[in-house]
Amino acid sequence: MSTAKEIVSFRNVAKKYRGGSVGVENINVTIKEGEFVCFIGTSGSGKTTTMRMINRMIDPSKGKITFKGHNIRHYDPVRLRRTIGYVIQNNGLMPHMTIQENITLVPKLLKWPQEKMDKKAHELIKLADLPESYLDRYPAELSGGQQQRIGVVRALAADQDLILMDEPFGALDPITRDDLQELIKHLQEELGKTIVFVTHDMDEALKLATHIVIMDSGHVIQDDTPDNILQHPANDFVKDLLGEERLLQAQQNTLSVSDIMSTNPAKITLGKSLAEAIRTMSLRHVDYLLVTDDDNKLKGYIDLETINERYSKDASVSDIYNCTRMKFRKDSYLRDTSEKILKQGYKYVPIVDKDNYLIGTVTRASLVNIIYDAIWGKEELDNPDEIKLPASIAKGSDKS
Amino acid sequence: MADQPLWNQLIFYFTHNGLYILQQFGRHFLISFYGVLLAAVIGIPLGIYIANHYRLGDFIISVANVIQTIPSLAMLSIVMLVLGLGANTVIVTIFLYSILPILKNTYTGMKNVDPNIIDSAKGMGMTGLQLLYMVKLPLAMSVIMSGIRTAMVVAIGNTAIGAFVGAGGLGDMIIRGTNATDGAPLILAGALPTALMAVITDLVIGSLQKYFEPNNLHKK
Repeated sequence: MSTAKEIVSFRNVAKKYRGGSVGVENINVTIKEGEFVCFIGTSGSGKTTTMRMINRMIDPSKGKITFKGHNIRHYDPVRLRRTIGYVIQNNGLMPHMTIQENITLVPKLLKWPQEKMDKKAHELIKLADLPESYLDRYPAELSGGQQQRIGVVRALAADQDLILMDEPFGALDPITRDDLQELIKHLQEELGKTIVFVTHDMDEALKLATHIVIMDSGHVIQDDTPDNILQHPANDFVKDLLGEERLLQAQQNTLSVSDIMSTNPAKITLGKSLAEAIRTMSLRHVDYLLVTDDDNKLKGYIDLETINERYSKDASVSDIYNCTRMKFRKDSYLRDTSEKILKQGYKYVPIVDKDNYLIGTVTRASLVNIIYDAIWGKEELDNPDEIKLPASIAKGSDKS
Repeated sequence: MADQPLWNQLIFYFTHNGLYILQQFGRHFLISFYGVLLAAVIGIPLGIYIANHYRLGDFIISVANVIQTIPSLAMLSIVMLVLGLGANTVIVTIFLYSILPILKNTYTGMKNVDPNIIDSAKGMGMTGLQLLYMVKLPLAMSVIMSGIRTAMVVAIGNTAIGAFVGAGGLGDMIIRGTNATDGAPLILAGALPTALMAVITDLVIGSLQKYFEPNNLHKK
């Protein structure tokens, strides 16, 4: 994605309204081909203004905007707009035109021949996943979600590469919105369209975007990938916008198991006797022990049940231990492991480094702490020695 | 004749002067129609223009409001001072009366087009002219029609008064009826067709207006 050509760029763009009020100021954003860019911010943050400058619905008072390498001031606004898809919140379908006429509005303005327009209309109604009989209907005969589907595919009728969307799903119910989000994600991913999307819904932005531009009172606050924004929110405004919950969830997503593992696992070496094993268990209040060789390489485990069944005075750990069923490398992500631990009912999972040396365990108890933090916020833990906390959890979120 | 019931007298008049009444009916209608047509030709473009320049709009609409308040007989007389007797005076009077409803409705109709639709049409690359004839006018048409409807019904009434300045039409028969002794059948022979014309015109334009309503377009 990083090698993709840029399609739109803002250089020091500002918009001042008559009377001196500032719309936006000092906008520097580069949008690359195939990106899904979300402009997000509270109302009045200038996100819509910024988007509308791309197709010259608003002209900037200062600075330069380029589209496909050329300054947009050098384009005729009418012709520029016909090459850029445009979708607005209340679908903007023409109530006096049939769905077919609505879909082929831009081709008609471009004076395409009728057969080509008919073909396009049929192609796009399929893309919108609606029956072809709808082509002859009027917008008022369709549900809100269906209307917006038409609104979205209409933006592709003249093979536009860039589509501007101004809070297109703001007025839709959550289920319909999900469907439509999938539709436009498909357009971006499969058809390679570049989408510039204005929203105030952070969930929507995080779900769809490959590139998020956070705006507040006319300024760009942060311009980065969703992951980076979650990991490194630029300031408190971004943190507030994201919300505590998402930040904690994001931490969970990028924490590695070594961040939360207990570094002092209950273990025993191969040569020890079973009696010794039982003593260790009772000392550590556990019903299992990890078995290592003398170099601390992980061999397997031994649990109370096995000892109970096969106990004999002379046997050593090496005679009855089980081979390891599941282990994790210390750098694997918690998000991948926690589910396995929880779903498959393991009480603990050994953590090894790349040479299979045992370095710790992740127990269900360590997961509980993470979830506890996510739900109740950060508090003093009962046994801070036992669980090594990453700085990001212990001290807030300034580091992942 | 005068000893006959009014009803019989009326039928007698109709059967003997049918063609004449029809002629006056046509004349009456055309005078009204020309006046309204003239008002539409000027009022609709003016309304479109002031919808985009709304400071000017307030001024022009208040001027039209003032014109509307002048009583029709007074207006007729004033116009007569300039244009003299005849149908033209009536047509101009009707034009002046029709300007307000047509102008105001055009203005309202244009203003009421959903700004979202205009934004989306513009954003898809329509020129100003395309925006007007592909979007704004079709969507405002029903409101404009209702202005024309009001203007037309008022005009038919005013044309009857226009007989005072020698324009002819059904009003002429009414006036003659009021001047004659036992002129009741003559009055009715003029008044009934006038009323009928107003009602029919109202119905016809009303159904046209319905036809142009954006939400009803699909019932073509």
